[in-house]
Amino acid sequence: MITAGIDVGSKNIHVVILRDEELVGRWVVASGFEQAEAAWRALEGAAGDAGITVEDVDYTVGTGVGRKSVDFVDHRVTEIAADARGAYRLIPDARTVIDVGADEARAIRIDETGKVLDFAVNEKCAAGAGVFVEAMSRALEVSLQEFGEMSARSKESIPMNAQCTVFAESEVVSLIHNNVPKHDIAKACHDAMAGRVAAMARRAGLEEEKVVLGGGVALNMGFVKALQETLSIGEITVLPDPEFLGALGAAIIGAEKGAGTTAGLGKQPQGA
Amino acid sequence: MNMVEENKEFWRWSEKVWRDETMDWQGSESITAGIDVGSVSSQAVVMVDGKVYAYHSTRTGSSSPSSAHKALDGALEGSDLTLEDVHYVVGTGYGRVNVPFANRAITEISCHARGANFMAGPSIRTILDMGGQDCKVMRCDENGKVQNFIMNDKCAAGTGRGMEVIADALGVPIEDIGSRSFETDGRPPVVSNVCTVFAKSEATALLKAGWSVNNVLASYCAAMADRVAGLIERIGVEPEFFITGGIAKNEGVVNRVEGIIGVRAIPLDESTNLDPQIAGALGAAVFAQALLKKERKKATHQG
Amino acid sequence: MIANYGYQDGSGKYFVTIDTGKCEDCLGRWCVDACPQSLFLIEPDDYNNEVATIEISVRKKLKEKCVPCKPAGGHEALLCVEACRPGAVTHSW
Repeated sequence: MITAGIDVGSKNIHVVILRDEELVGRWVVASGFEQAEAAWRALEGAAGDAGITVEDVDYTVGTGVGRKSVDFVDHRVTEIAADARGAYRLIPDARTVIDVGADEARAIRIDETGKVLDFAVNEKCAAGAGVFVEAMSRALEVSLQEFGEMSARSKESIPMNAQCTVFAESEVVSLIHNNVPKHDIAKACHDAMAGRVAAMARRAGLEEEKVVLGGGVALNMGFVKALQETLSIGEITVLPDPEFLGALGAAIIGAEKGAGTTAGLGKQPQGA
Repeated sequence: MNMVEENKEFWRWSEKVWRDETMDWQGSESITAGIDVGSVSSQAVVMVDGKVYAYHSTRTGSSSPSSAHKALDGALEGSDLTLEDVHYVVGTGYGRVNVPFANRAITEISCHARGANFMAGPSIRTILDMGGQDCKVMRCDENGKVQNFIMNDKCAAGTGRGMEVIADALGVPIEDIGSRSFETDGRPPVVSNVCTVFAKSEATALLKAGWSVNNVLASYCAAMADRVAGLIERIGVEPEFFITGGIAKNEGVVNRVEGIIGVRAIPLDESTNLDPQIAGALGAAVFAQALLKKERKKATHQG
Repeated sequence: MIANYGYQDGSGKYFVTIDTGKCEDCLGRWCVDACPQSLFLIEPDDYNNEVATIEISVRKKLKEKCVPCKPAGGHEALLCVEACRPGAVTHSW
């Protein structure tokens, strides 16, 4: 059975295709202004990546903040459900799942069966999501990759005063003018972000358990290091293809729900 | 090019200096000064026998002490009054400030309310100050003593900076925000984002979807007014209501705030020659006056 | 004076409110001792009364700092609110 999980974020749309629960294709496109059309293109891309066509997909599940605007999916699930299922499938030992995406971050506590026990979200404030890290890297005039690496090299702990992305940008500029070394500024930014994400994880009820990390920001080594330090945890497991976590979980749920059905794909959106 | 610079300075206090040329400070009983060192600008107010003699507003520099000196020097420039002639100085400002020549430091909240009371009269009970980087609301008594306050300096939404980001994204010069936000066809779009960063993306998307700039602007002014009104309503509004800060000049937000809270702000009497931006330093100078009086009274009792 | 320390942002309103009028006759430092994050301190206000206040560097991080005491942290009532005998402290969330 071939299922697809479509994670419709405000910034990007990620798609994962599973064949008999094995990952065979994935694709990402920018959400843009026409989410349904972009979602279809993402699905086509993933199908191509899997060496199949869209018509071969038996069942699709949508997740993400924009899932309601995509009407061709067979089923929809919340990001919490999708993340939990995806993480549990990858790491059955996982008990705390942290997903830090571009616009939103969430922390989910699951039990040994993968059932969601509690969760907390950082939403509606850019300082608690990936867009903060991007904005700070732009203020330092370095790539995101460099930003993470620089931060991991620093040994200083300069607390950031600003707790808002807009004000933090000015603070970074001011730190540069005061000749604070760039890698120390980078670390300060990552520490500030990690503090907010860690607090969110604690709201979900973090204990000294297996913590796994997904979402695009998990690819940032500076952030991972800062989060490990802030949570006082020896090691956080970064999931493989972390930015596809939601799509993966949705696709797995699709395999469970779609088993035995021939639901197929709904109508292709106009203009796609 | 000059015009653009001035536009950007709208929320940021531009250089301003004023002195009462007719006042003769020689032979006066008390000369006091208030210095307010803010994160963006600094002000100094000099009072002679309880009347405002001079004031100066300038950009805050790299250090608190140097900004304090710069502010006071500017106020005194051209007169023959010097720091040595000043009997009592109160320092105030954002966070922990360091005015080395101050006799005493007092919080900006207390100074702001006292200054607004001096400027706009004892009938003032609620003061809204919307600066470039913060938004605060104070309730005070007839003497300008603070009874209740609330401040937001964490989140850009609801501050001058937040408005600046949206105005830039929409390509609207800041001084045009007010008028343009009312030149709409009455169908402003629904905006869901409070956060300035997300609001900026949302605004761009709305323009792409065909909404006019004025309509989108109207929505954001309404959203901003909502934020500010929310802060006011947490501590309640009692007339008379007075507004200070750069936003006082933005009718697009002020009108809507008044509409939501149901109270109109009273205007500042122009004949006072005072500027709302000096409220903090003015309040500090008023405190200095009172503290000087107290000190002298104590000295005569002991003497 | 009712002092509201904290902030509001896109995700909500986070204020710790201290009625400093109740601090003026307070002999204990119960709030200072009760807070596991050391957010409180006693300082002279503008009228030279010793009153409780929230430490300046944490005022913009209250959502983050107060987490251990909120329901997920295992507390049913807030430690500072409970500890303050004059009842000067309240939280908005």
